[in-house]
Amino acid sequence: MAYLSVIVLLPLAAVAVRSVDGGLGGFWRAVSSPEAQSALELTVVLSLIVVAINAVTGTLIAWVLVRDSFRGKGVVNAIIDLPFALPTIVAGLTLLALYGPRSPVGVDVSYARVGVGMALLFVTLPFVVRAVQPVLMELDRDMEDAAVSLGASGWQVFTRIVLPGILPAILSGVALAFARAIGEFGSVVLISGNLPFKTEVASVFIFGQIESDNIPAAAAVSIVLLAASLLLLAAIAGLSRWGRRHEL
Amino acid sequence: MSSRSRSTLALRSTALGYLALILVAPVGLVFYRTFEHGFAAAWHSVTTPAAQHAFWLTVELVAIAVPLNTIFGVAAALAIVRHRFPGRALFSSLLDLPFAVSPVVVGLALVLVYGRKGWFGGWLADHGIQVIFSVPGMVLATIFVSLPFVVREVIPVLREIGTEQEEAATTLGASLLVTFRRITLPAIRWGVAYGVVLTTARALGEFGAVSVVSGHVAGQTETLTLHVQDRFEAFDLAGAYAASVVLAILAISTLASMSLLKRRGAPA
Amino acid sequence: MSIELSGVRKSFGDFVAVDDVSLEVRDGSLTALLGPSGSGKSTLLRIIAGLEVPDSGRVVIAGADRTDTPARSRDVGFVFQHYAPFKHMTVRDNIAFGLKIRKVPRERIRERVGELLGLVHLEGYAGQYPSQLSGGQRQRMALARALAVEPRVLLLDEPFGALDATVRKELRAWLRRLHDDVHVTTIFVTHDQEEAMEIAEQIVVLNEGRIEQIGAPREVYEHPATEFVMGFVGPVTHIGGSMVRPHDVDIATTPVAGGTEALVERILHLGFEVRVELVTGDGLPVHAQLTRQECEELELREGQIVYIRPNRLLRAVA
Repeated sequence: MAYLSVIVLLPLAAVAVRSVDGGLGGFWRAVSSPEAQSALELTVVLSLIVVAINAVTGTLIAWVLVRDSFRGKGVVNAIIDLPFALPTIVAGLTLLALYGPRSPVGVDVSYARVGVGMALLFVTLPFVVRAVQPVLMELDRDMEDAAVSLGASGWQVFTRIVLPGILPAILSGVALAFARAIGEFGSVVLISGNLPFKTEVASVFIFGQIESDNIPAAAAVSIVLLAASLLLLAAIAGLSRWGRRHEL
Repeated sequence: MSSRSRSTLALRSTALGYLALILVAPVGLVFYRTFEHGFAAAWHSVTTPAAQHAFWLTVELVAIAVPLNTIFGVAAALAIVRHRFPGRALFSSLLDLPFAVSPVVVGLALVLVYGRKGWFGGWLADHGIQVIFSVPGMVLATIFVSLPFVVREVIPVLREIGTEQEEAATTLGASLLVTFRRITLPAIRWGVAYGVVLTTARALGEFGAVSVVSGHVAGQTETLTLHVQDRFEAFDLAGAYAASVVLAILAISTLASMSLLKRRGAPA
Repeated sequence: MSIELSGVRKSFGDFVAVDDVSLEVRDGSLTALLGPSGSGKSTLLRIIAGLEVPDSGRVVIAGADRTDTPARSRDVGFVFQHYAPFKHMTVRDNIAFGLKIRKVPRERIRERVGELLGLVHLEGYAGQYPSQLSGGQRQRMALARALAVEPRVLLLDEPFGALDATVRKELRAWLRRLHDDVHVTTIFVTHDQEEAMEIAEQIVVLNEGRIEQIGAPREVYEHPATEFVMGFVGPVTHIGGSMVRPHDVDIATTPVAGGTEALVERILHLGFEVRVELVTGDGLPVHAQLTRQECEELELREGQIVYIRPNRLLRAVA
């Protein structure tokens, strides 16, 4: 308990306290400064787009990993976890190498929002896949056979039978991915160029504020991010309960 | 080709194609670029004094953070699963905090408490202890971000094995410590192993939090991840790529250990 | 609709599940595919449904060759051993599923679902979820769901296997009555010979992917075509090298012509029946089945020497 407090709780509490250094008014001013607003907006919008993409691609990848079989599937399954294991700064660098100024394929997304988006796609890749995989594996195949025997086409089986079953898992993965995306720093910091009002996300903004010794502003925006993440964590816990409501 | 296998193929290619574009190609390219000019050149880039120092500092941080978090993790898991105490659910949820917090916020938080103007700052300065902009701060940051993994892996294992074996040991006369060493620990060893591997990977790869608390003094307070950024900003791409490859190899070894553990041990 | 299978073969890797099966099922009949696990009966059923594609052979339903038709177009109703309910849909939506797929107008769907709920006696449960139903109720729902689209053929894969003994007995009788009312060609798979005997008009005995015998229950029981059928369809005991049904073993307390001397080892009172375990002079065990009355009349005791004689021998006809 003491360990936890010293390491985790105390520092976070400090952030909360310092964020209202200038009172609630100061908090509000810091959070609603144009640069902060722009950073938060960009962060949220980009993260939403990225997790929406992940919802589709993650489900697709999970489907292929569970239902399909081909040579090298085991390797593919293992590399899904690469974004978990790879340091974020390295992730950013690798994307920059392929899709930046020195790109061998002539694609340059550096200093652009697309670049930031791609970095986020990289780091959030495993979340939906890993959330959906176990649920897909447990799904009662007989249900799908039953639907087929009743006349359903492949697509109908997927949308009416499989999808409702895996939806909670997809949403769970999406929530985790979103929580990760809004706080992401390392992979974004190189590729985005950190241009305020253009490619500066919330975490980079906070970093900048710390460097300029503008602590209250940094703390204020941090609290916003923190609050969002905590809400998401709670939502995920609720989702897993909701997902089990129809278990036989 | 029947329509069924056509759609299977389409799905498979799309999934693999996406993975290739986002994941495999970028990482592969960096490997290529690193060894493009031969192994010797790459070795040279990665054995500069700064790079070496960064490497050993990273190892040091991991060597401290992982054992501490492992001990804490096992203890916390035991407390949560086997004992009822007020606030148990809260404690368990709090353990997920490091997952939810942005690394930069972690750094900020530590600065606010242990920095010179922080809550403990004065007291620490008076005793000549510097935490922020120095290694201890980075240790704290590393511990913070890699805290939950062992706990999270051990808890389900503990739940699954139940208390019967331990109870049997007690009825046969074993003391608490003996029961723990001979019954509990072996039973949870795979969970612990997974947790350790995940903790290590996370600790190795930490960037944002240590970036805030380190002060970026090359050759002194730079981890390998910070070193990558440093080289990049100094336009030394070769150095940056080489260090990245070292980190990537460590990451891939982590994944390989996980796969191996999965095959040899109990289900995760 | 009648069904004809000719030369159907199916393997999974090295394992031959169905080995050259040819079979005719009359329109409107109630047939059982009976056999031990691994005999290929479920695979055969799934081939008829179109859920599996045979390696060779043809499947003809109502005179039309359906071997290459996918399951969704075959118009068969399939009921699974573990019911396969659509967990996230209500009972009503489960039953209506096939109709919704066929874009039947909503009014008609409502009517039809109402009819079926009445047929399977689940009237009050329309808005409930499968997780709220008992096993027997879920199975009735599964049946209603399969019947909703008025299939040409109804296929049931060990439909009562996962239920309690009492529920099983109830549902067996209920299925028989249902078939009398609805008259759809029905094939069900079971490993329980009692179930097959009780429900089916025609039994197909399968073993290791091959048909051992086809016939009415009585036929299969009294005139088994092979030793396997003998042993599988009913209890068997051996006297002097021949196979006999235990209830065909006569026990006498005094020597009889053609009888064998045997020692009564144990007498087990199983309710109405009494099972007598004996051992003959050459050390071979025999068991006989008597009614309580017969046992009392003979005043049998353990350790007693008696004389046993089969009153009817089982012989492989084929």
